[in-house]
Amino acid sequence: MNSLNLEKGSSKKSAYNLRNTTGDTIETHTLAVLVDNEAGVLARVIGLFSGRGYNIESLTVAETNHVDNLSRITIVTTGTPSVIVQIKAQLARMVAVHDVHDLTVEGPSIERELAMIKVVSKGDNRVEALRTSEIFRASVVDTTLESFVFEITGTPEKIDAFVELMTPLGLVDVARTGIAAISRGL
Amino acid sequence: MTGAQMVIQALKDQGVDTVFGYPGGAVLPIYDEIHQQSDINHILVRHEQGATHAAEGYARSTGKPGVVLVTSGPGATNAVTGMTDALMDSIPMIVLTGQVPTFMIGSDAFQEADTVGITRPCTKHNWLVRETNKLSETIHQAFHIATSGRPGPVLIDIPKDVQFATGIYTPKEEARVKHYQPQVKGDLSAITELVELMEKAERPVFYTGGGVINSGIKASKLLRDLTKATDFPVTSTLMGLGCYPASGKNWLGMLGMHGTYEANLAMHGCDLLINIGARFDDRITGVLEKFSPNSKKAHIDIDASSINKVIHVDVPILGDIAHVLEDLLKVWKSRGSKTNSAAIKTWWVQLDEWRARKCLSYKNSDTIIKPQYALERLEALTKDHPNRFITTEVGQHQMWAAQYLGFEDPNRWMTSGGLGTMGYGVPASVGVQVAHPDGLVINVAGDASWLMNMQEMGTCTQYNLPAKQFILNNERLGMVRQWQQLLHGERYSCSWSDSLPDFVKLAEAFGAKGIQCSDPQNLDDAIMEMLNYNGPVIFDCLVEKHENCFPMIPSGKAHNEMLMGDASVEGAIDAKGAVMV
Repeated sequence: MNSLNLEKGSSKKSAYNLRNTTGDTIETHTLAVLVDNEAGVLARVIGLFSGRGYNIESLTVAETNHVDNLSRITIVTTGTPSVIVQIKAQLARMVAVHDVHDLTVEGPSIERELAMIKVVSKGDNRVEALRTSEIFRASVVDTTLESFVFEITGTPEKIDAFVELMTPLGLVDVARTGIAAISRGL
Repeated sequence: MTGAQMVIQALKDQGVDTVFGYPGGAVLPIYDEIHQQSDINHILVRHEQGATHAAEGYARSTGKPGVVLVTSGPGATNAVTGMTDALMDSIPMIVLTGQVPTFMIGSDAFQEADTVGITRPCTKHNWLVRETNKLSETIHQAFHIATSGRPGPVLIDIPKDVQFATGIYTPKEEARVKHYQPQVKGDLSAITELVELMEKAERPVFYTGGGVINSGIKASKLLRDLTKATDFPVTSTLMGLGCYPASGKNWLGMLGMHGTYEANLAMHGCDLLINIGARFDDRITGVLEKFSPNSKKAHIDIDASSINKVIHVDVPILGDIAHVLEDLLKVWKSRGSKTNSAAIKTWWVQLDEWRARKCLSYKNSDTIIKPQYALERLEALTKDHPNRFITTEVGQHQMWAAQYLGFEDPNRWMTSGGLGTMGYGVPASVGVQVAHPDGLVINVAGDASWLMNMQEMGTCTQYNLPAKQFILNNERLGMVRQWQQLLHGERYSCSWSDSLPDFVKLAEAFGAKGIQCSDPQNLDDAIMEMLNYNGPVIFDCLVEKHENCFPMIPSGKAHNEMLMGDASVEGAIDAKGAVMV
C-alpha cells in the first residue's frame, strides 16, 4: 500500500509528482479497493463516503479472492485533486482495507459495465431497436412478441448512448451493474 | 474454555490490570468470571459514558490502552460519546459490549441495539463476534489495532450465547494481525529534505501536538534534544501540552484560538513550520487562506490522511514521531549540526518582543476571585508536586487551565480536545487516579460541565479515590456566554445556570469533602485545605461571572488578528466568521 498516495512507479523526482493537488477542477477517478470480505465492510466504505461528504458515482463489489477471503470494491468518485487524495488516504487507513489503487492515475486501465435493457415496441420501432442493438453488439437475452431484453457490455458512455437511442423506441426499464475496472498490461 | 473465560484470559494476556465497566443482562457471564479472579481490577462507574472517559484518563496518563466493559443496548449507546472522543483525540481504548444472543439478533429483543452499526463511524474498527472460537483472536487483534499506528478506540460486540459457549483459546502470539502494520520509519530522503530546510531557516518554529505524546516518552525526549540542539522555538496544541516542558527556554506556550500572542505570531511570521504530530485543526489554523502565509511547511504524522488534509505541506513525512525524530537528529548531526544561528538569534529578539507583550496578563481584583488568579494560585501551590495530573472539562476553564498551568512532562494533562466533550473531566479524573493511586489528580472544571457527569463522584467515594474537583463556578456556560457577547449582541440565550446545587452539601451527600471559596484573600488557605485532605474534594470556587477568555483569534480571522484582554470586542467577528464554530 502506498499510503502517501504517490502514483505507481513514481519517485521523488518523477514528473507524476508535479500533478497539482491544489487545483479546484473536479476530476473523476476510478478506485479499486481490496477489502476483507467480512460483515459490514461495504457499510464501512459507504459510511466513509457519506460521513465525509464524498461522492459515489458508481460502486460495485464482489468477492474476488476466495482463498484469502478478499473482495474488490470498484468505486467511481469525483472531487478536486486534493479531495481525491484525501479519499484514497481515508480508505487506505481503514483496518479492513488491504490496498487502494487509483486506476485513473496508475497508468492505462479498462472499465466495463454490463446493462440489461427492456424495450417494448411493435412494428418499425421493434425492427429499429433490434438493428441498433446489432450495431452496439448487444445481445438479445429475452424476447416476447412485443418486447426484447438486451444485454450490453461496454464503457458507461457506450451504455448511455445505447439507452438514449432506445428511449424513443420503447425503452421501459434499465438495470446496470456499475463499473468494474482493471489495469492494462502486466 | 467458555467465551466469558476467554475474555478474562485475553485481557490478562494483554497485560490489562484495570477495567472500567457497568454490568447488565448481556454481560453477566463475563461479570461472573470477573467475580472469580483477582488479577483484573474492575472499577464500577455510575454511567457508561463515565467508563469510557475514565478509560481515556487511564490511557492518556499511562500510555496503555483503556478497557471498558458494558452491556448491550443502552450500555453500548451510552459509550458512544466516549468512543467518539477517543477517536478524535487518538486515545487507545478497547470497548467490550454484551449483545443479545445470536439467535435473537435482529428481532428487536430487549436491550438490543445494532451496536457495530452505531459505532462504526466512532471506532477505528469494530467486530461482532458470532463464534466463540474466534473470540480470543478478535480480542488480541483489537489490542493490536487500538495501539498501533494512530491509536484509537475499538469495539468488540459479544452476544451472550457466545459468552456461554465453549471454544478453543487462541494465545496472543498466534493471533493474525499481519495486514495491519502501519509504517513507523520515515522516508530518509524526505527527512533529509527537512534537514536541509532546517539548516537554512531564518524563522523556524516547531508546531507540536498530541502525536508526540502518543508516540511515547522517547518522542518527548527526542523533541527536547532536538530543540536544545537547534535552539528553535516550540509551541504546542492543546493535546500536546507537556511534550516540551513549560519551563523550557524555547517554550512559546500553546497556540491557536486561545493560544499565546507569541506562539500565534511565530506561526504567522515563520519561514519554516515543522508540524510534529499535530493535524492543522481549525482551532489552530484560524482562517485557512491567511494561515502562516510565508512559510515552507513540513508535517510528520503516522496517519497519511492527516497529511495535506487541510493545509498543503512541502515536506510530508509519514512515520512515528519517535522514529522520525531519531533519524532526523542523526541526519542533521551527520551533516555537521548546522543552523542559521545568526538569523535565529534575530528571530529570538523578535519572539522575545512578542513575549514582552505579556498576553496572559489580566486585571486582578481584591474582592472577587478572577478565574485566571485561581489557576495561578493552583499552579503555584501544586507545581512542585512530583506526581501532579490535571484533567479538565470543556470551556473557558479548560482554556485558562491550558494557559496558566505549566506541564513539564507528557501524560500529565488529560483534556477533551477534538470533540470538546463537556462531562469528560470528572470520569477522566477517576481513571487517572485509579492508574496513579499516589498521584495528585485535579479536575479543573466549570460548573456547567462538571454537572454533566457528576455521578462519578460516587465512584470516587466507593474506591477511595482522592481526586480533587476544582470548579471555577461562574454560574454560566462561560464559553457560550462569551460567544454570545462577541457574536450575538449580548443576548445571553440559555447560557446561565439557575438553580445550581450547593456544591458543599453535594460533596457531603457523596461522602466527599466540600469547600467553598469566594474571597481572593482566603484562596491559598482553601486550596491548601483541599490538597491536605486525604480523600475526594469538591472545591466550589466562586469566580468573576463575566470574565472572558483571551487572547482570542475570532473565527474567520488570522493569527495576527488576535483579540487581547484589554481590547474592545465590539464587531470582533464579522458575518463571514459568524458561521464558523
